Amino acid sequence: MSSYSLLIILLFYLGILFFVAHWAEKKANSKWTNNPYVYTFSLAVYCSAWTYYGSIGVAAQSGLSYLTVYLGPVIIIPAWIVILRKIIRISRVNKISSLADFISLRYGNSRFLGALVTFISVIGIIPYIALQLKAIAETFRIVTQTSISSNVFNDTTTYVAIALALFASYYGTRYVDASEKRKGIVTAVAMESVLKLFFFILVGVYVTYFVFDGFEDIYAKASLIEGFREKNTIGGLPQALNWFFLCLLSLFAMFLLPRQFQMAVVENNRESHIKTAIWLFPLYLLLFNIFVYPIAWGGNILFSEGAANADTYSLLIPQYFNNTTITVLVFLGGFSASISMIVVASIGLSIMLSNNLLIPYGFLGTLQSDVQDKNSKRIVNIRKVCIFLLIIVAYLIYRFYVLDYNLFSIGLVSFVIMAQLAPAFFGALLWRRGSRLGAIYGMLIGFLVCVYTLLIPYGIGITNSNSTFISEGLAGIELLKPFQLFGLDYLTPIPQALFWSLLFNTIIYLAVSVSFKGNYRERNYAEMFIDIDKYSTMHENAFVWKGTAYTRDIEKVLKRFLGEERTKRALTIFNLKYNVDKNQEQADARLIKFAENLLTGHIGTASARILISSVVKEEKVSLQEVLHILEESRENIIINKKLTETSNELKQITAQLQKANEQLLEKDAQKDEFLDTVTHELRTPITAIKASSEILYDDDDIPEALRKQFLKNIISESDRLNRLINKILDLEKFETGKQQIHATKNSLDHTIVAALEPLQQLIRNKNITVHFLTETIAEAWYDEERIIQVITNLVSNAVKFCPETDGQISITVTENGAYLQTSIRDNGKGINPEDLDAIFDKFYQSTNQNIKKPVGSGLGLAICKQIVEHHKGKIWAENKENGAVFHFTLPKHNSTENE
Amino acid sequence: MNKMRKILIVDDEPNIVMSLEYTFKKNNYEVFIARDGQEALEILKVQQPDIIILDVMMPMVDGFATLEQIKKDKRLQHCKVIFLSAKNKEKDIERGLSLGADLYMTKPFSVKKLVEQTNELLTD
Repeated sequence: MSSYSLLIILLFYLGILFFVAHWAEKKANSKWTNNPYVYTFSLAVYCSAWTYYGSIGVAAQSGLSYLTVYLGPVIIIPAWIVILRKIIRISRVNKISSLADFISLRYGNSRFLGALVTFISVIGIIPYIALQLKAIAETFRIVTQTSISSNVFNDTTTYVAIALALFASYYGTRYVDASEKRKGIVTAVAMESVLKLFFFILVGVYVTYFVFDGFEDIYAKASLIEGFREKNTIGGLPQALNWFFLCLLSLFAMFLLPRQFQMAVVENNRESHIKTAIWLFPLYLLLFNIFVYPIAWGGNILFSEGAANADTYSLLIPQYFNNTTITVLVFLGGFSASISMIVVASIGLSIMLSNNLLIPYGFLGTLQSDVQDKNSKRIVNIRKVCIFLLIIVAYLIYRFYVLDYNLFSIGLVSFVIMAQLAPAFFGALLWRRGSRLGAIYGMLIGFLVCVYTLLIPYGIGITNSNSTFISEGLAGIELLKPFQLFGLDYLTPIPQALFWSLLFNTIIYLAVSVSFKGNYRERNYAEMFIDIDKYSTMHENAFVWKGTAYTRDIEKVLKRFLGEERTKRALTIFNLKYNVDKNQEQADARLIKFAENLLTGHIGTASARILISSVVKEEKVSLQEVLHILEESRENIIINKKLTETSNELKQITAQLQKANEQLLEKDAQKDEFLDTVTHELRTPITAIKASSEILYDDDDIPEALRKQFLKNIISESDRLNRLINKILDLEKFETGKQQIHATKNSLDHTIVAALEPLQQLIRNKNITVHFLTETIAEAWYDEERIIQVITNLVSNAVKFCPETDGQISITVTENGAYLQTSIRDNGKGINPEDLDAIFDKFYQSTNQNIKKPVGSGLGLAICKQIVEHHKGKIWAENKENGAVFHFTLPKHNSTENE
Repeated sequence: MNKMRKILIVDDEPNIVMSLEYTFKKNNYEVFIARDGQEALEILKVQQPDIIILDVMMPMVDGFATLEQIKKDKRLQHCKVIFLSAKNKEKDIERGLSLGADLYMTKPFSVKKLVEQTNELLTD
């Protein structure tokens, strides 16, 4: 394929990348860019060109050891969810935007430590970026079958590097606040991760099933090649140790590579996304590794040893069979892997460089403008220049140094250097005593060991060098041979460098931390990092600070970086959060921490602290005091929690009161209604009496019979009035508990007969047949006079309900456990089912209207209910197939004597 | 002498009805009697009284509902209606009048006055 057509494809591909990033920036809040899958795939920036090409090379040359780079991350992943969540929380709360911020903040917001971390990261990562550029250049040459050009302007990589620098500096520095989420970059990287996996599996399937006849075929053919067995077993203990260290190394890399920190922590916008990453990311790595082996050994079978660079088998095999499409797709996959690494790493490093090295050590002085725009522009420009510088330096290294080494070895060197951050980093999460000095000395010594055991040997060249440094050691001292330091000769260079550097690093970190206590600020942050869960909502409370500060001064500093409006908004939020009066002049510790946080994203933790310190007057706090204050603030948090609980209880009580009030209102309404009905009921007979008397008084010529009838009406209405008043009084007595029940042993059939006696006339008038049967010796305890009242009421109701002809009433007494149950049944039209319970309420009026007239006085059943219930019995009504039945029960044994 | 005027008395209290019936008959009215709204509506199907005396609280169909039905009937447009009720609250009176009654009298009432008011309504 010609260079030009491939270039056009590349341009097109980069165009898509820019488009996706652009689109995602615009859709920053849509679910397409804010989902756990985008997050997880963006983590796959881990798989750079080294994975894509390098692991095939390693698998081809030395068998299984390529696996370690993936085993490490897979092993750590279960613990990852816990550790990563903690890191994410700490970072979110403190607005941390890089590894350097993270480590330096924990160790007392140390400017020097931040710079050191930045320095180590830059040294560690630049060769790695160079490695990616090298991969792009090499694979480009393979696909186009051209040779390397010594002219920089003829080298495609030059242009790719420039394009990437533009891309990264545009989308990577859109926000001055480095802790803001870069949705464009994340989405583009996630898309590339999907593509590179897809293309890799594509070529894997192609090699395994189209070039060969499946895995078994490859295995059968490969096992005939010399050295197959040795390369594919772990071997003895030394080999196992090598494995172990490589696993450990890649495990650290998951946390400590700037691009991993960037994607996993800084760009994380929801903790819950980790839950998806925990299974999807290992799955991704697994899928990536399935075909490494067949491609590697497929290549070994097809190409004789030394004839081809094993790193590029995935390109060479399809090319060998003239399959241009697959060749180009594989190239694009590798290109994706490279550029996402370059972009993310250079953004991460540029933030560190600007926020932790350049601004705190120099440019802070130039950010004094009172105009926010100028300062912001300057910060962004610093970062842009950093990105360009990083890529240019990496480009130079690629041009002049790394051409000799394979992908795997450079990658591992980079890992070992980054691993020097491990003791301080993990110590920050786990150990309160870890101190700034311990971290600095440990890291420095560890780094120096790396320089000695890796950087110098690699710098002067491992194979094609005349120096005796590697073979004989420094100044010919055997013990100082860089690859067999202190005589340790059974580890390969990388594991042994890792071993010694980490050993020194860790021991020094621990020893110095234990020997020299950190200052109060370190201790303060140690507490906030380790107990982040306690402080994550009100973390400003946990910040210990004493001195004099004025809100106005702090506001002024904030305005320089955030601008008028954002500063105002931020302070409003602060005042609301802590219930602070906005006119308060004195600033407290919380506001200082809050302000530092606001600035951190812009200029890094150290500079934020320097700036704020410049406008406040801080007093030293003793370590003792810090612990004391922290204890208090923890208590405060507990008190706050209790307050919340109490206020919840209060809310509950309020709700109960409200309910009680509603009930009272309802009762009140019922009482009103009751009075209403009572007056109505009283007025009716009075009306009749008045009308009749008026006629009698005015009209002298009424016929005698009529005159008597009117008088009779007056008498009966007067009786009715009297009965009504008695009933109301009765009910009142029952309801207020003034009514006494005098229960004695009585025979129920006697009582029923006695009750029926006065009703005979009424029953006869309507031609009703009454059936009364007792099937038991019906003796029970009750107040006979009262029960006669009940029976009278129920029977007269039944009479009322009975039809005009053939009315039937039956009365039965049955045993019902400890009770005698009396049932009075009529053959009328029954009771409206929805009224069955309510008819026992006094003056019950049918549900949907309040003007329907109740049957009778509306008090009879209510009184019956009171009487029966005072006997500890029950009364209820039901409809039978024809007519209604009223039941009531009375206890057979004395149950009222205790009343 | 005028043609006899027709009156429909709707109330479920027999003793009150008896007084009303006697008085109106004596005042030359032809009297019809219904014990509740339902009965009243039955009678109104065949009779077109000049005036109706309507109680409010009655079993089955109450006075308000009865008036609503009456107002729907075009044949009864000229028919005057007097509510005669023990419900004497402001809101009851308002409701009765808003339904289109010509008068709302509360119980207990004066028979004499009722006759006077009725006559007056009919001579308007």
